[in-house]
Amino acid sequence: MDKNKYKVLVDKYTPKENRLYNGLIAFTVGGLMGMLGQFLVSFYSYYLEIPSKEASVFMIVTLVFLGCFLTCLGFFDKLVSLARCGLIIPITGFAHSMMSAALEYKREGLVTGIGANIFKLAGTVIMFGVVSAYLFGLLRIVVMGG
Amino acid sequence: MIYLNSFLFCGFVCLIGQIILDNTKLTPGHITSMFVVTGAFLDIFGIYDQIILWAGGGAMVPITSFGHSLIHGALDTVNQYGMMGLFMGMFDLTSAGIVAAIIFSFLFALVFKPRD
Repeated sequence: MDKNKYKVLVDKYTPKENRLYNGLIAFTVGGLMGMLGQFLVSFYSYYLEIPSKEASVFMIVTLVFLGCFLTCLGFFDKLVSLARCGLIIPITGFAHSMMSAALEYKREGLVTGIGANIFKLAGTVIMFGVVSAYLFGLLRIVVMGG
Repeated sequence: MIYLNSFLFCGFVCLIGQIILDNTKLTPGHITSMFVVTGAFLDIFGIYDQIILWAGGGAMVPITSFGHSLIHGALDTVNQYGMMGLFMGMFDLTSAGIVAAIIFSFLFALVFKPRD
């Protein structure tokens, strides 16, 4: 069969994803995560009586804990495949990628498995973050003098 | 009111990510990297600080705030130590998230078994 014809056929029978639906789900879930973050900041700063800057650190640690724990229990993967970017973009996605890498390579041992692979997915975020922050920081020093 | 703002902002960021994911061949890894770079970019002229004032916790939850706090910590130490501050203070503000992720992942990986 001709290659182009084959491609057309494949395209025809590939199930189409409903992009509007996906977008709405991602918007709602992501928004709820944002509200949860704001709720946790208010909660901690009210009950522990700490400034909201420290409360935001508590909030991030709580969300990371939730992301790791739910991944271990096994149903965060299903939630991620349902809500996609709604859970990948918040900090829970970062925790989820590290936790699933650690679980996946556990059987290869502590050092060559968990230690070597824990940053397999999350490392790209850290590397690009540091490189871009360095370059933009230099830019800001040059342009605005610090 | 700040709850509505955080819902809108965080949802909007996730919506952009989902649109990119659906319409291109980029993987979630590409998208999170792009968002971190965007967050760092928005902090050059202090735009992201305004967003945090407006949206509160909603602006700290998405991965863009990771890039924001990387460059923010670096610039804080630049004021004290000059150029070397860029190397010294990079992780000052984000260390909580990274350390928590490492500690929890390692401890949970010891206890739990992978599920397929």
